[in-house]
Amino acid sequence: MARSDVTKLSFILLFAPFALWIALLIILPQLGIGYISLREKVGPGEYTFGVSNYVAFLSEPIYWNTLLRTAWMSILVTAMALIVGFPVAYYIAKIAQRRSRAALFLMCLIPLWVSDLVRAFGWIVILRETGLVSSFLQKIGLVSGPVEFLYNDATVVMGLVYTVVLFMIVPLVSTLDGMDNSLIEAGYNLGGSRFTVFRRIVVPYAMPGIVAGCIIVFMLTAGSYLTPILLGGKNSMWFTEQIYEQFVTRYNWESGATFGVLLLVFTSFVVWLGLRLTDQSLASTVAKD
Amino acid sequence: MHDLQCESLSKRFGAYTAVNSVSFNVPRGSFFSILGPSGCGKTTLMRMIAGFEEPTSGDIRIKGQSVLSTPPNKRPVKMVFQHLALFPMMNIGENIAYGLRCRGENKADITRKVAQVLDRVGLPGTEQKQVSQLSGGQKQRIAIARCMVLEPDVLLLDEPLGALDLKLRERMKIELKQLQHQFETTFLYITHDQSEALLMSDNVAVMNAGQFEQIGSPQELYNDPKTGFVAGFVGDSNRWPGRALSVADGKVRVALDGGGEAIATAGDDRIAAGSTVELFVRPEVLSVGPGAENRLEGTVESLLFNGASSRILVRAQGGNLIEVGQAVMDGTNRVQPGARVDIGWSHGHGRCFSVSR
Amino acid sequence: MKSTFALAATTALALIVASTAAQAETLRLLTWGGYAPDNVIKLFEEANPDITVEVTLSNNEEMVAKLRATGGAGYDLAQPSHDRIFAAQQEYNIYKPLDLSKVDTAALAPNLLEGVKANATIDGALYAVPHQWGTSGIVADISKAPDVKGWGDLCNPEYKGRTSMRLRRTILLGTAFSLGKDPFALYGDKAAYQTMLDEVTEKLIACKDNVKTYWNGGDDLSTLLLSGEVVVSEAWDSTAFKLYGQNKNLVYVPPETGALAWIDTFVIPRKGEADDAAYKWINFVMKPEIVKLMSDSTGAIAAVSNGIDLLPDDKKAAVKAAFDEKDLANLKFFANIPAGLEDMEGKALERIKAAASN
Repeated sequence: MARSDVTKLSFILLFAPFALWIALLIILPQLGIGYISLREKVGPGEYTFGVSNYVAFLSEPIYWNTLLRTAWMSILVTAMALIVGFPVAYYIAKIAQRRSRAALFLMCLIPLWVSDLVRAFGWIVILRETGLVSSFLQKIGLVSGPVEFLYNDATVVMGLVYTVVLFMIVPLVSTLDGMDNSLIEAGYNLGGSRFTVFRRIVVPYAMPGIVAGCIIVFMLTAGSYLTPILLGGKNSMWFTEQIYEQFVTRYNWESGATFGVLLLVFTSFVVWLGLRLTDQSLASTVAKD
Repeated sequence: MHDLQCESLSKRFGAYTAVNSVSFNVPRGSFFSILGPSGCGKTTLMRMIAGFEEPTSGDIRIKGQSVLSTPPNKRPVKMVFQHLALFPMMNIGENIAYGLRCRGENKADITRKVAQVLDRVGLPGTEQKQVSQLSGGQKQRIAIARCMVLEPDVLLLDEPLGALDLKLRERMKIELKQLQHQFETTFLYITHDQSEALLMSDNVAVMNAGQFEQIGSPQELYNDPKTGFVAGFVGDSNRWPGRALSVADGKVRVALDGGGEAIATAGDDRIAAGSTVELFVRPEVLSVGPGAENRLEGTVESLLFNGASSRILVRAQGGNLIEVGQAVMDGTNRVQPGARVDIGWSHGHGRCFSVSR
Repeated sequence: MKSTFALAATTALALIVASTAAQAETLRLLTWGGYAPDNVIKLFEEANPDITVEVTLSNNEEMVAKLRATGGAGYDLAQPSHDRIFAAQQEYNIYKPLDLSKVDTAALAPNLLEGVKANATIDGALYAVPHQWGTSGIVADISKAPDVKGWGDLCNPEYKGRTSMRLRRTILLGTAFSLGKDPFALYGDKAAYQTMLDEVTEKLIACKDNVKTYWNGGDDLSTLLLSGEVVVSEAWDSTAFKLYGQNKNLVYVPPETGALAWIDTFVIPRKGEADDAAYKWINFVMKPEIVKLMSDSTGAIAAVSNGIDLLPDDKKAAVKAAFDEKDLANLKFFANIPAGLEDMEGKALERIKAAASN
């Protein structure tokens, strides 16, 4: 066998699992979803093709309000995850001793070892009216009666930030880690204040990491299901819940598929917009080596 | 008038003393180098001057004013970093303008000054280029321009030539010296490469284990080292252990451990008859052939041709290896490997330092 | 290369054959939590050594959704409620007709069997037999809410922030009854049903402030009540009876308009592969000694003639405390949902969920 054949063969062998994975688990289901979303139900077991599902979405304020609400809160969560995650990432990458870095990183990972569900229930136990925080506040006399912390948007945002902040920290740490400390020192040496150095040197340098983290966090948040529902209680309306309801409770696959396509398109649009506004590209951020 | 003065400056990290009571003065407009092996504390010293480390004790004065309480971004000291630390997200013009903008100068001034300094470092019109488009030497000049545009009292350079390849390094040494002349600014240059220090500096401080061994002009250090460390570190030298037999009139008679005797200048006054010493003799003062004041016999092992700094390696009878400088190696040379030769040098060319064992 | 491929193909084939053979011995059960307790499975497998039971826990909506996704494959026996059979079968064709001669019908309570027959017969073929039944009603902490009578009390301002409900069709129906309507009677008239739904929606949106949160499953309902955060809630009687065992103040109140009764059934999915094993399981769990174990686990009443008597003692007491003869006579069994109504109900639920409250 010629050498080029060997290279070709090994390429095919190595690439095949990935191609299969992409094709079978991502492209095919998406095509299926797209197909179903264009199906109109006429009667039991009877369908025609059309865009009426999309029209139905646009004509029902509940649906697009839920989508907008989901997007808005996801952006909020992303921003807060960035605000919370950046100092942590900066500390891990730049200030912490080499030795303690791995331990700190691991500590950030610990919440991921627990399932989403358990974490959400953890929050419930802590924040519910008869939970730890409420009892503690009563004990120290800060409040007179029990306080309910659950079932509002603030709790949902906080719970989501907690869940996704790691995905902000990891790309930030890896970007900041690659930053030569002397860049920061040069920034000071040439007369920059803390703020100037942060704004003109650290942030621009970390921009690929910031954008990558924001994309990941935004996508995760917009697609999350358990946390908003469990912590949001009666006032949580999250778009994924809407999709679940359509598929499972309402047996309405057509409209569920439509919502799925819309969520994908809409979040992709937000990501595209974010990349445009920050003057980055996918290649320079998420796919950065 | 001194641009930079350090007074018994010390820095301790826990039990480890990185810089131990160092004092020196750098006159205005001079090129001052600190030369020492890695880990000798020279980088810590420089970082203290720049303000990135706080001294444990001592004082740093710039133009007579103590800067200990001045934060790093306010000190009139600019620094060229080892890897230059040009900001990759800015183009050349922005890199140079950064410091001016931090100062809050107006746009027109900034543009003018940036163009001016680029002109002075020989890279006019490169404002719009990206850092990655420049060659190593050009980056070097930009890094200096970025500091010089701020007209600092002292420019610190932390082994800035370390990352360059050999050819470029040789050229940049000369260029740096020229730039320093041109800007007439005090340069404080840190290096472990003695040839850089000797070539460019007005004065060199040799640093070892947190302390200055000797401060002096390159010629003084080379020709009149005050310690064994300086003698060994600055320039090439043969170094033979031995024992002092007698001391008289600043001359020491040494019995070499490998066999043979020699008379040399006493480098310090701690040498007494019987004390352990080391004898330093530079390769270029050695000659092959009889008739010199000091003499060792040996066998030629090999000839190392390297143009002007060619060497003959001779194995002395006692086992010491002797490097002999031999500029001429044009084929007419009578010395061949395996030949028995006499190596000689005059009394004044050898230097002897005591060793505390 | 060639021989390797042949070997791989043989291995793959052998695996397929082996797995099919193994499947014939496996009963894949799609059911509710608690409906297949370990002790019952153990006894069943001892009695039928060639059958192993695999259990997947689910709820009404998911059961239908799962079977719909596979066209009725993947499970050998499922347990949707009796009102989830007719429309699902008509629309998605996911069940297979039952052979009633293979079921020990003598053990079943005749009225429940007839009720299921009436609901689950399509074109003369019967698709389900009853297994257990129970009701949805109100649970109240009588020490803090002694006067609870019916669905309307969930929206009683007296209990503001102290009530809960499950945002599913049950609460729509219950609220409709409390407003003096009979939703089942309106099933035939879509327009009238929509008018009723609008009224119910408005009522429940107005009520949203009164509600602490909507519960999703028995566990969060239990926590809300046991912690005292909620004093009046919509509840399944089985959950309420369990709570009564832990706190005698938590009493199940059949609403004065009638508790809503459901019957969980057995159905065989259209592509089920172990019908014999499925019938064996149906008949097995209807044996009196097994019914006792089952009811202990589910808290629901078996669809056998003396179902209440076969409850464990503590639950029997709870049922006796909750129901009198009048309540039992007043039960409102869920009727089959005609096609289209569920969509209307779904929209109503969405509007309630999306409505703002403080």
